[in-house]
Amino acid sequence: MAFYFAQLLTGMANASALFLVASGLSIIFGVTRVVNFSHGSLYMLGAYIAYSSMTVLPGIIGFWASILVAGLAVGLIGMIIEVCVLKPIYKAPELFQLVATFGVILVIQDMALLIWGPEDLFGQRAPGFEGVVEIFGERVPSYDLVLIVLAVVVLIGLWYLFTKTRVGILVRAATQDREMVSALGVNQSVLFSGVFFLGAFLAGIGGAAQLPKGSANLLMDFGILAPIFVVVVTGGMGSIWGAFVAAMLISVLQVYGIRFLPNSTLVLMFIVMAVVLVIRPWGLFGKPEAAGDHGSQGPPPKPFRQLDPSGRIIVAVIIAALTLVPLSGVNFLSVLFADIIIFCLFAASLHYILGVGGLVSFGHAAFYGGGAYVAALFVQYAGTPMELALMLAPLGAGFAALIIGWFCVRLTGVYFAMLTLACAQVLWSIVFQWDEVTGGDDGMLSIWPSAWASEPGVYYYLVLVLGVGGVLVLRAMAHTPFGYALRGTRDSALRTEAIGMNVKLIQWMAFVFAGAMAGLAGGLFVFAKGSVFPTEMEIATSFDALIMVFLGGVQSLTGPIAGASVFTLLQDWLSRFEYWRLLLGLLIIFIAILLPGGLAGAVDQVKALLGRAPKDEAAP
Amino acid sequence: MSFLTVQNLYKSFGGNRAVDDVSFALAKGELLALIGPNGAGKSTCFNMLYGILAPDKGSVCLDGRELIGMKPRDIWRLGVGRTFQITAVYASMSVVENVQMALISHHRKTFSAFTRAARLYRDDAMALLNLIGMKDQADRAANILAYGDLKRLELAVAMAHDPALLLMDEPTAGMAPGERRALMKLTADIVAERGVSVLFTEHDMDVVFENAHRVLVLNRGQLLAEGSVDDVRANPAVQEVYLGGGTTFGGDGDHA
Amino acid sequence: MRLSKFLTGGLVAAVSAVWGVNAMAADTIKIGDINSYKRLPAHTIPYKKGTELAIDMINNAGGVLGKKLEIVSRDDQGKPGEAVKIAEELFTRDGVVMISGSLFSHIGLALTSYAGQKKRLYLAAEPLADALVWAKGNRYTFRLRPSTYMQAAMLAEAAAKVSTAKKWATIAPNYAYGKDAVGAFKKVLKAIRPDVEFVTEQWPGLFKIDAGAEVQAIEAAKPDAIYNVTFGGDLAKFVREGDLRGLFKGRLTLGLLTGEPEYLDPLKGDAPAGWIVTGYPWYAIKDAAHQKFVDAYQKKFSDYPRIGSIVGYNTMLSVAAALKKAGSTDTEKLVDAFEGLDVDTPMGKVHYRKIDHQSTMGAWVGKIAVKDGKGMMVDWAFKDGAKYLPSDAEVMKMRPAK
Repeated sequence: MAFYFAQLLTGMANASALFLVASGLSIIFGVTRVVNFSHGSLYMLGAYIAYSSMTVLPGIIGFWASILVAGLAVGLIGMIIEVCVLKPIYKAPELFQLVATFGVILVIQDMALLIWGPEDLFGQRAPGFEGVVEIFGERVPSYDLVLIVLAVVVLIGLWYLFTKTRVGILVRAATQDREMVSALGVNQSVLFSGVFFLGAFLAGIGGAAQLPKGSANLLMDFGILAPIFVVVVTGGMGSIWGAFVAAMLISVLQVYGIRFLPNSTLVLMFIVMAVVLVIRPWGLFGKPEAAGDHGSQGPPPKPFRQLDPSGRIIVAVIIAALTLVPLSGVNFLSVLFADIIIFCLFAASLHYILGVGGLVSFGHAAFYGGGAYVAALFVQYAGTPMELALMLAPLGAGFAALIIGWFCVRLTGVYFAMLTLACAQVLWSIVFQWDEVTGGDDGMLSIWPSAWASEPGVYYYLVLVLGVGGVLVLRAMAHTPFGYALRGTRDSALRTEAIGMNVKLIQWMAFVFAGAMAGLAGGLFVFAKGSVFPTEMEIATSFDALIMVFLGGVQSLTGPIAGASVFTLLQDWLSRFEYWRLLLGLLIIFIAILLPGGLAGAVDQVKALLGRAPKDEAAP
Repeated sequence: MSFLTVQNLYKSFGGNRAVDDVSFALAKGELLALIGPNGAGKSTCFNMLYGILAPDKGSVCLDGRELIGMKPRDIWRLGVGRTFQITAVYASMSVVENVQMALISHHRKTFSAFTRAARLYRDDAMALLNLIGMKDQADRAANILAYGDLKRLELAVAMAHDPALLLMDEPTAGMAPGERRALMKLTADIVAERGVSVLFTEHDMDVVFENAHRVLVLNRGQLLAEGSVDDVRANPAVQEVYLGGGTTFGGDGDHA
Repeated sequence: MRLSKFLTGGLVAAVSAVWGVNAMAADTIKIGDINSYKRLPAHTIPYKKGTELAIDMINNAGGVLGKKLEIVSRDDQGKPGEAVKIAEELFTRDGVVMISGSLFSHIGLALTSYAGQKKRLYLAAEPLADALVWAKGNRYTFRLRPSTYMQAAMLAEAAAKVSTAKKWATIAPNYAYGKDAVGAFKKVLKAIRPDVEFVTEQWPGLFKIDAGAEVQAIEAAKPDAIYNVTFGGDLAKFVREGDLRGLFKGRLTLGLLTGEPEYLDPLKGDAPAGWIVTGYPWYAIKDAAHQKFVDAYQKKFSDYPRIGSIVGYNTMLSVAAALKKAGSTDTEKLVDAFEGLDVDTPMGKVHYRKIDHQSTMGAWVGKIAVKDGKGMMVDWAFKDGAKYLPSDAEVMKMRPAK
């Protein structure tokens, strides 16, 4: 019994940092509707700043003062991010802020490397709490108890702030109805900045407070990102109590999971979240989202149009130019452009559900990587020739999407996004842990094209045909009745049902189709690289695709193509420099601020400047 | 013979009886207005008829078929069109495409993958737009339409599958008085010509009295009065509800 | 149309500037270097410094085959697909004669597969995966660093020498390296002491350890000894929690790689005294060749060497030696030269085995002690890698037929 109690305390102590950081994320989302991807970076900065501060301010007072200093400093940094990066793009299409906060992540990663160096900075023990206390004969680190108390204090503090103070009540009002805030005479701009300060402050405290349990290091930012999103979504976006309960639930389950199912550590929390979301689609304490509640709407989208003649000529010229690439005689160019075409197809398949259907998926890599693995598995175990494997890849990925989609389309908005993420993680962990079949993270090797296509130049043509073909099919599918119906579900689910269409069925089928096309991209990828690893199913790969789509412009069919090409080329080019993440991050932030419509939106901007604005409201 | 029969409909929200034993019938070709002050239960009633809300008990029969338990899309397939208080159109499509979508659905071409949507049933859609006088706006984007035009567009969409019954929730809410009359006149003409039955809720009493064949008055979830325009107008209980409740005939802004 | 012409023109110019063919300078021999410089910089930056030091030295001594060596170094972003793309670029655009580098096993394996398919030479410097030279090995891939199996075998042998512990617990990150390390350790230890029993195996996610819970779970299994494979941030957390809760008291604990400065030094005074570890006691090695390396390194970078530094250094020495032996930059000749190549390094002679292309570079095994608030390896001994490899027959069985 005592042992289980001690484990419970361990779980609660772990929940503490998770809750501090997650509550900040939840508050920011609740009020501003910004999904702040850079929240993990703020947590990391909290740890680093506290470390530096502790070396200057020693002793008990120095220790606690350092935690406060870290919180305040990170709060300030959060506010600067809000003012400089997010404020200019609140009017952009929903969730576009993802791109900008992704840029912030890259910038902070390189800045931290520059300032604090590559080595882990091991935190000092908390003065006065270096040892253990015996509880029922079990040793419990006294600092664990401090963390638990800290979490409860913060919870009560937030509760007091939001229910007993005028400012807090205004913030809560803003959470429920953003329009109302200005009616109450509150300066929304100041409110948002203040909320960012508070959210970042909590992240900073969270990072600083865990220092005595480990180190400040460069992997903290991505390390905590998935867990805090899981906590916030499981608890219900915007709910402080939800964040607290979910953090406790997940951390405590994790502790018992380690004891009884040591292999479960990678997926346990995702499974918990998936189960919660399937039963309660808005998390434990969340409220149903109103339509379009996940971020500002931006300018109304324009009807899709077929390309005008000059557009067709441009496309023909580009395709013709692409056919010339292998003739350059530089194999590398064929390889690079094959990569770009594959990513274009991947991004375009995500865009089909995201841009056309309005369903933001955080787990699209499941189908991309899934397709790659299907092809690789068939080659390895059935000796399937490449030609057949390339057909099986989209089928397999589509089948995975059929199952995952059935659960996911019942949800909307951020909850949909997070359930796709959870499903992708589960699939990833199967591939990652099932060594005997998938090779685990040692991957599957020697999956090369058939002899006739083994030359990079020849394989490039295969990629060109299937990749560009796939993109054109996706494009054509946007113009079919099905594509229109999908767009209809995004515009107005109510109307769609009221003209006899089954919204969920349409979304489900679109999910399957997009999954299959991502699978084709994955199949092309595996033969281009000759190997596949679980990396291709990771969250980071899903995010790459999201960034490509948002960067290119959600509301245009050419957006994902532009986004994938530019993102891949930029990354390829900038990674030649030492601090390329800093450069890439700044560039992404700039693009996000200057071109809130994405790159494709920029084309319209340029046309308007040149006085060649399209006559009506058609987007290419 | 009644075409739509509503019997003993009940719905309460947390002890509050929003709709309390409502029964009525609608004949073929009839224009029936459902009126009542704020919170009378009109929208709740509407949503139950259209499968959006499940009643606690009661029955809704359309031409002998029970609608309770059916989904909105299935009710639509039985020939029921619907317009909304807050217009629900496809903002990212053109005017004519909005109508085409209803036609595509009607012809069960939703999952068709080998044609271009913009080409399907365009002529039929144009004919419907002609009917409501919006042919010249066919290729404009729906998101830049004036409010009155949106309401008209919804009417065209609702009429696309040639429904036998039209449910219109506050069809003229938010419009200028002149526009209201024009729209209801248009509606009345169309349904008269096609023999469509219409059930509509409405705030503007002038609109109601000018067009409705019969009027139902709801108050606090219960049917207060029923009858011809003149009967209802003269009914003291109705006058009490409207005048005593501080709302005048012709008031606006119902969110019940 | 004018706009698009302008854009196209600009694009073409930009593309050829960045991605066009580099003039292939004839006066240097280029070596491609691919590593995860951003994903795990604590390990890869010392590696890079090591390669730079070696190149300086080689070039100052007149280069190889009458030409200077030049490293073209690229970051793989921690993605295997990216690494393969970069490899292609290095070969076809930059004109490198071979590639070397990489830290993560999966990236090393991706490059192994690439090298085998394209018949291009790859010297894997740091990745530890056993499969790289065995199950997935091929003619065109060689590996320098002692593999997971070798290091685990060294630890198992050391453990069997000092302790009769029967009940063992293992803790390793939940990925291929961790699993290989546990598998190899179990195999070798059981061969030496058939009576050992493994009472619990813990698998925290890589860099996601929940140290308190792991320590409790191990404690609950009541082992006599613990075998640790965690490293980096995970190790720091595990050591602190284990120390607090008294997990290591009275128990023999082994740490794979724990004695490498990359992982030991951040722990400072918290370094787990008494653990038996593999690592790199650069501060205590008195051998002249090694001292020369340390001095040169400290002079050039004002920093002390890590294990990555010496691996990087030895990598470039191996490349130079192979070029010299082959007398050519031709891939097939280089492969032939690498097979059976002997290289003199600060760690003594390293031999690239013909049978599986694994080098015999060894490692140091010792005990951790804390001195002046710093972790150190004491009572260490250098273990020659050649002695910790499976028999030739076993290797032949594992390596795919040619």
